Amino acid sequence: MSRARSTLRFFTRIEGLPILAVLIVLYIAFILTAPDVFTKPRIYMSFLQTVAPPLILGLGLTFVITAGEIDLSFPAAVAFTGYVFTWTYQQLGESLGLTWAAWAGFVAALLAGALVGWVNGIMVAKIGVPSIMATLAAQFFWYGVTVLLAGGLQATLKGIEETAAHSIFVGRIYGVIPSEGRGQIGIPQQSLWALGLTILSWFILNRHKFGESVMFLGDNENVARVMGVNVEATRIKLFILMGVFAAFAGVILTLQVRVFYPTQGQGMLLPVMAAVFIGGTSIAGGLGSMLGTFWGSYIIGSLEAGVVATGISGFWVQLVEGLVMGASVVLNILIGEGRLKAVTSRVEHWTRPLRSRPSSEIARQQGSD
Amino acid sequence: MADQGSPEYALQMIGIEKYFGLVCALKNIHLTVGRNEIVGLIGDNGAGKSTLVKILTGVYRPTSGELYIAGQKVNTRTYNVKQARKYGIETVYQDKSLGEKQVLWRNFFVGRQITNRLGFINVKEEKRIAQQIMLETIGFRGRGITVDSRVSKLSGGERQGVAIGRAMHFEAELIVLDEPTVALSLKEVQKVINFVHKIKEGGKACIYISHAIQDVYEVADRFVVLDRGEIVASIDKQNTSLKELDEFLLEFAYGRRDRRES
Repeated sequence: MSRARSTLRFFTRIEGLPILAVLIVLYIAFILTAPDVFTKPRIYMSFLQTVAPPLILGLGLTFVITAGEIDLSFPAAVAFTGYVFTWTYQQLGESLGLTWAAWAGFVAALLAGALVGWVNGIMVAKIGVPSIMATLAAQFFWYGVTVLLAGGLQATLKGIEETAAHSIFVGRIYGVIPSEGRGQIGIPQQSLWALGLTILSWFILNRHKFGESVMFLGDNENVARVMGVNVEATRIKLFILMGVFAAFAGVILTLQVRVFYPTQGQGMLLPVMAAVFIGGTSIAGGLGSMLGTFWGSYIIGSLEAGVVATGISGFWVQLVEGLVMGASVVLNILIGEGRLKAVTSRVEHWTRPLRSRPSSEIARQQGSD
Repeated sequence: MADQGSPEYALQMIGIEKYFGLVCALKNIHLTVGRNEIVGLIGDNGAGKSTLVKILTGVYRPTSGELYIAGQKVNTRTYNVKQARKYGIETVYQDKSLGEKQVLWRNFFVGRQITNRLGFINVKEEKRIAQQIMLETIGFRGRGITVDSRVSKLSGGERQGVAIGRAMHFEAELIVLDEPTVALSLKEVQKVINFVHKIKEGGKACIYISHAIQDVYEVADRFVVLDRGEIVASIDKQNTSLKELDEFLLEFAYGRRDRRES
């Protein structure tokens, strides 16, 4: 009995392990039901490519949710930064040469992402707008800006596949896995970037001062304040970090298809949020799991293609997706640290203005104390 | 413009006032605490105790007035929590000293982590020191609590123990205890009181804030009574008994005592 219990405790203590188990079960199910597709490497290479951008977004969102905030504006940031990248590349292509224009575009996109995040941060930390409202407005605003600037048109990045940036970010490491009869397929490099960012994010959250500030902030704002955490600065940095991650995802997405769409990023909001939550990051704030987000992103990213490949009727796809997500979250709540009560209290925090106001406001309200 | 206060005091507040908008929370506060003095700060709800503590610990900035810590003048415009710690002021709050979902070792060091130049935390060293504090200062032994336990697993008394141990470890000159015994069982209240005695023995100063007058009476050398944002009395322990102090405060509570009389 006690051994079984300690095994379970060991199992729950390793970060992301429950959700990795779900992923493995899911893949075993796919292999059994669709062996033609899932015993060959091609589908996995495809997953490595498609999961990378939402995974990078998920890492940024994990910081935000751990801090007890929410960001709904990252899909718009993906579109806006993709536009900035494309515009810079096209403008500077002649004067700098394509290779340097691509790098300039990358830097400009990261700056644009930081700008989006900074505006969110100022709204939330300084003005005291609840993050759900501030970032909802930002979501509309930045899509609007993108559509206006782009004139509603898509844009092709001519010659981008010749640039170093293209091969470094979305090229393939060829010859790693031989494919049957059709030459070789390689590992998409964006998956390695996503993996590297996952490791970096893990260290920032779990081993850096900033990550500790984020956790205490999400845990209890007042504790964080009296323990010397600069709450406002941490919030602003948090949203800037999310914006920069969104920019990275935006550039990769644009590079992947070599075309910028003003609607890119749309439809990513809910899958990315789902990946973060099934990964075990507490919706109540205070606890976040980067590895959980990593595995969660692969679950979400594999589900649709996997379920379709099993050959069951298309009508079933969403139902199965919902079941897997639901089961993952239930698993995390039952064996993890999350509590249902905490979930409901955080939704209140997101929507009520009073509790997230800056300190001067709080001070004024507590003036009679 | 004397920049030096008197070095025989751990703390001097001269004419501190605090307004929140138009609301006056503290009016003309003159408060001194000796280098090895335990001051009990007493007052009803809304008397301004918490505001006073928050000014002292750098959470709020006073509207006007001067603050001297260990004889040094503090620039109240830039004073903040980190500076307060550098001056040797540590605070133990009733319920917001610890991050509940966080592991213990993080709670010991949050806000003053041991880091390398890039800001990454030296986890091994922090855990080692946290372990040392728990064993030697707090005396947690064999109760299934380790530095990796989450605060949510601890009882109320144990939490205060952690907060107090933290203050002791960082060698505070002045320890502020803000309602440390609220919601604690009698046995655990006694532990907190024992700690305050240790502060006295260690030659440090302490401000002890509490509703429970018998606790304050047991530990404090002097009682300062705050009422509606003003200090209305400062009574040495020698000059009063618990009963007299209690009656004095009750008269205030019912408004029977004229303010000028005190």
